[in-house]
Amino acid sequence: MRTALAILLAGTVLALPAAARADRLPLPADAPASFQAECGGCHLPYPPALLTAPDWQRVMATLDRHYGDNAGLEEKTRREIEAFLVRHAATRGRMSGAGDPPRLTRTEWFQREHRKVPATAWRDAQVKSAANCAACHTRAEQGSYRGREIVLPRSR
Amino acid sequence: MKASALLLALLAAATAAAAATPRELADAYAAEAARQSPGFKPSPQRGAGFYATRFAVSDKMPACTSCHTDSPAQPGQHAVTGKAIKPLAPRAEAARFTDPAKVEKWFRRNCTEVLGRECSAAEKADFIRFVTEGL
Repeated sequence: MRTALAILLAGTVLALPAAARADRLPLPADAPASFQAECGGCHLPYPPALLTAPDWQRVMATLDRHYGDNAGLEEKTRREIEAFLVRHAATRGRMSGAGDPPRLTRTEWFQREHRKVPATAWRDAQVKSAANCAACHTRAEQGSYRGREIVLPRSR
Repeated sequence: MKASALLLALLAAATAAAAATPRELADAYAAEAARQSPGFKPSPQRGAGFYATRFAVSDKMPACTSCHTDSPAQPGQHAVTGKAIKPLAPRAEAARFTDPAKVEKWFRRNCTEVLGRECSAAEKADFIRFVTEGL
């Protein structure tokens, strides 16, 4: 009986949609070294689960105009990173990003999760951009986005 | 360009076992610059001037200082994404200017962004001497 309950509980947790568990987004273990070195050189190496596979493919097909920057890579590295992102991409429509290339800050899910963040926090000089997860998520570098770890710049 | 590739190959071969020192990197760029323009001597002063120059090619990144602050020994912040950047100066961050391929990659990326062109070997030699030694 107890075992059955445990299995039932475990099953419930596993069945939760990805976004409901999105306060824990550790870097998948099969991340190529190039992911941290190339993507992580300019921004937090974003969790692949924050965009869909077609979104990541579009991002990786347009690196020469990467949100205002030329982030071009050697083809071998580009393919390696794209395969990793696609492998761990989100499958739900609300994780699909608007824009070209699509932005993970413009998915229905992201917008909803951040709806209570005041405009002043986004404009803060230390935040600079919605791309700067670690400005408020103090353990974002470790893949943790739990509520109690959030420190808005205004309250520092 | 061919000289750059040769330099990189030489550096890579010479440093396959151990990483290069910033001075070895600066010397290699200086040697390449001297081949292009005989009599070239690297200058930390010229490097300092280069570091502080507002090239103003890019709105968000008009100068090296846009991300790396006025002092290469201080931590910086990416002007667009806000990501924290470790100090450029090896005296503050020991791993800087020890990996030839990484140094070439970031010169190529950042020079293209900030100057709108690749940097010359002379500029790279001056730059490394400045961030390594200060003034």
